[in-house]
Amino acid sequence: MQLPARERPIATAAGLDPESEAWLRDLRSDRTPGADARVRLHALLLRAARFEVSRRRSGHPYLGAEELEEIANEAADDALMSILRKLDEFRGLSRFTTWAYKFALYEAAVKMRQRAWRGRQVPLEPESWERFASTSLGLEADVEQRELLASIKTAISESLTPHQRRVLVALALDGVPIDVLAERLSTTRGALYKTLHDARVKLRRELEDQL
Amino acid sequence: MTERPDMHEILGRLLGPADPEVGCDTCFEELDRYVELEVAGENADAAIPGLAAHLQGCPACHEEHESLLAFVRGE
Repeated sequence: MQLPARERPIATAAGLDPESEAWLRDLRSDRTPGADARVRLHALLLRAARFEVSRRRSGHPYLGAEELEEIANEAADDALMSILRKLDEFRGLSRFTTWAYKFALYEAAVKMRQRAWRGRQVPLEPESWERFASTSLGLEADVEQRELLASIKTAISESLTPHQRRVLVALALDGVPIDVLAERLSTTRGALYKTLHDARVKLRRELEDQL
Repeated sequence: MTERPDMHEILGRLLGPADPEVGCDTCFEELDRYVELEVAGENADAAIPGLAAHLQGCPACHEEHESLLAFVRGE
């Protein structure tokens, strides 16, 4: 079950810590403090973006230092733009810098995932599942697991819509990153995850006797 | 030789978390608060229901949670 918005925790007005308050005040200023704060914030975001790029660099041996630095800078730029646009959405439920870092880490992660899949075809054909199912059923698995997988195969074929099937296979089996699939299908991560979630709920319902 | 996929992992990826979960948008909204609660040693799962289940079901959000937690802890 995906929790609907009304059941989510409601944000309460929280007293801002002095540092967060200063960030908001300075960033909202049209004068010198605003420009200075944006420069300082960009430096923090760049540090976070470099951290993320560095964590992921082993998966991208073909990317040179210059290209990685370029990705980190682009991520920091985009994060700064998002933060300035969403400044009024900061609720003060964490430190301002923690809230800001997540934008930089997100932008860097998305860019690195997209870079890894640049020029690669995203498998979206239904045969992909058929191939997977026949290979997996030959794996070393106990009888129960093998029966469950066979039931999943039937449920995927008979209970899911073609779109749910494509999304489930691409994300859960072929390992296509959700941002990459969202970009290729011109949709959002949130919408795709909803499709994945609905497909999983259907599968669980079909298989409830075996789970 | 191709590495054999682990059956337990495959089933986990196909079926996702059994518990109710939030979506990616809520996860992003709440991630900073969740991480700060974790760093402070508080019960982040009780404070933000459904987020832990989502991190289990969404590899991208899971990675971003790991990164934010590591970055904030390293500050």
